[in-house]
Amino acid sequence: MRAIGIILAGGNNRKMRELSHKRAVCAMPIAGSYRSIDFTLSNMSNSHIQKVAVLTQYNASSLHEHLSSSKWWDFGRKQGGLYVYTPAVTAQNSNWYRGTADAIYQNLDFLRSSHEPYVLVASGDGVYKMDFNKMMEYHIEKKADITVVCRDMPPKANLERFGSIRMNEESRIEEFEEKPLQAKSRVISCGIYILRRRQLIEMVEKCIEEDRYDFVRDILIRYKDVKRIYGYKIRDYWRNIASVEDYYGTNMDFLKPEVRNYFFKQYPDIYSKVDDLAPAKYNVGASVRNSLISSGCIVNGAVENSVVFKKSYIGNNCVIKNSIILNDVYIGDNTYIENCILESHSTIRANSRYVEEDGQVRIVVERNERYTM
Amino acid sequence: MGVLTQYQPLRLNAHIGIGIPWDLDRNIGGVSVLPPYERSSNSEWYTGTANAIYQNLEYMESYHPDYVLILSGDHIYKMDYELMLDFHKANNADVTIAVMPVPMEEASRFGIMITDEKRRITDFEEKPGNPRSNLASMGIYIFNWKTLKKALIAMAQKPALDFGKHVIPYCHRKGAFLYAYEFNGYWKDVGTLHSYWEANMELINIVPEFNLYEEYWKIYTKSEIQPPQYFSADSVVETSIIGEGTDIYGKVYHSVIGCGVTIGKDTVVRDSIIMNQTQIGNHCELNKAIVDEDVRIGDYVRLGVGAAVENEIAPHIYNHDLVTVGERSVVPNGITVGKNAVIFGITTGLDYENSCLPSGKSLIKAGEQL
Repeated sequence: MRAIGIILAGGNNRKMRELSHKRAVCAMPIAGSYRSIDFTLSNMSNSHIQKVAVLTQYNASSLHEHLSSSKWWDFGRKQGGLYVYTPAVTAQNSNWYRGTADAIYQNLDFLRSSHEPYVLVASGDGVYKMDFNKMMEYHIEKKADITVVCRDMPPKANLERFGSIRMNEESRIEEFEEKPLQAKSRVISCGIYILRRRQLIEMVEKCIEEDRYDFVRDILIRYKDVKRIYGYKIRDYWRNIASVEDYYGTNMDFLKPEVRNYFFKQYPDIYSKVDDLAPAKYNVGASVRNSLISSGCIVNGAVENSVVFKKSYIGNNCVIKNSIILNDVYIGDNTYIENCILESHSTIRANSRYVEEDGQVRIVVERNERYTM
Repeated sequence: MGVLTQYQPLRLNAHIGIGIPWDLDRNIGGVSVLPPYERSSNSEWYTGTANAIYQNLEYMESYHPDYVLILSGDHIYKMDYELMLDFHKANNADVTIAVMPVPMEEASRFGIMITDEKRRITDFEEKPGNPRSNLASMGIYIFNWKTLKKALIAMAQKPALDFGKHVIPYCHRKGAFLYAYEFNGYWKDVGTLHSYWEANMELINIVPEFNLYEEYWKIYTKSEIQPPQYFSADSVVETSIIGEGTDIYGKVYHSVIGCGVTIGKDTVVRDSIIMNQTQIGNHCELNKAIVDEDVRIGDYVRLGVGAAVENEIAPHIYNHDLVTVGERSVVPNGITVGKNAVIFGITTGLDYENSCLPSGKSLIKAGEQL
């Protein structure tokens, strides 16, 4: 594909509550075995984009660890590859990324030194599959300056945290509001854009000259009447995970056979870093119902309607219901957990009880000593 | 590292690839797969373990080694070869053979090394009636390169050249320093169906002797399948280990299930090994079955039922009441299969009499599995 990729992975989000204390949203574990950024990275790899930059800033260390080798997404190449950029102090600049446009500006050399005519800019917190080649064809066919991936949201969904879009019958975007309190349309932006590389360089340079730093506010919204900005609708599964409710919901979606089938069984695959874990083990007394369990887990208790990530240990007589257990959690015997998200590396003492009422999600972070209990 | 392959190499070649899972995809060194090849004169298959090494002298020479470590690929153990090499160097040995103490009454099943108090090998016996020692050779050798090269060239004409039978005795005769390096961890040869089954079943124990869950000294493998495993609302699982991407709708007891497997509704699997990508239908019953990769088993199939009858063709292979289903085989709906039976190939209802393959029978439709 004649495009380079840029993944904006720097953002923080208060809506993730305690879950973002230790990691960037893009590094959030998803569906037992993946991390959020795997979906965008795999889509780029499967669309044959050869060169991808990941721009990180907030709490990036777990993301950096995840991206420590590029071979899992097939980016380990001589030509192109995977580049991870954090803000750096230079002779000209000593700022953090002041916004998404600034993040691109501070890495403008990456854009300048590439030769591909197009750039695909995407966020790293979406769970979806997409062939960007089709989007590119659409972009060219529409003679668009910028194409924005957008989606019809169901009537009840909360749209407060999305960009709201109104298009004409040609799919040209006429209105674009960033995170309106009262959205005028059910169409939202998915945070995925295609535009020409030179166009992006020009726009970002202009932005910074005027002390503007945000890609959506200062490029998309500001230019929407002078540039041809088109919407490209994604009709398959797409979900953004950047709030606790959506994060919980996205993981629970994977208990549905059609979602599992779409992501796990249908071509193309989603890739992730390989951990070399042993198969999951079920001892006497284990009982697992309608749940996903990942490799490296040891299960002695009951698990129901839950997603258990890698390397977790569930003790005897435990009951885990409607919950998400992140990586490497130790749950002592006789513990009852319902409607919770257990932060990774937590150690839960035996005989504990963590319950939240239905419809709510409680985040549990327990830093007990694991081996002296 | 060279991997010598000959028998049905495709699966192994695909598994090894360029060695990524084991961090062997290197610029310098790395892994090479070495099958036998045609040369201007004297082309032959690998006729014995040492003959296979002999045919790759050039490969070894190109790395200018001081030592050569020779291993088998069908053993299950964790070993730091560095320690064995330290031992080899410290003793100024020419050849070091890894040995394991076995119970005296079992010693007659192994190649036995007799050593002095400094672990220098003074004599050896292949499957002795009255063993003089209980140190069994594990088939793991470190050779000084010069010693190995000399021995292989000198013995080159021997048919079916073998380490245990020819090369080690030759070195001993020539007065080389042979030492035995004692290993005391878990070690299992999985060269037979029953030992393979047993080794797998041992992994299910609460704390298995061979612990896959330790952070240190992990066992690496290629994982093509990454998603988690799914259990339906009416599934049951107990005392089992299960691989990635497997969907369980039925009941699994005391079994080892690979990756990407589907086990249908109301199917009961007991004491069995189910390998990667195999699909098992609904309402089946499997007892002590070893089901290879990519097998399709229909609905209402029962494996491993009835009386125990010795296998008619190869009782030394198919025994201990195990039922074996070969790679990419197909078993249609409603079939009942007895114990010590084996199925291989794409079978249809017409291959079975009264939808049944009695205990001890073999149904092999070789060549049709593609």
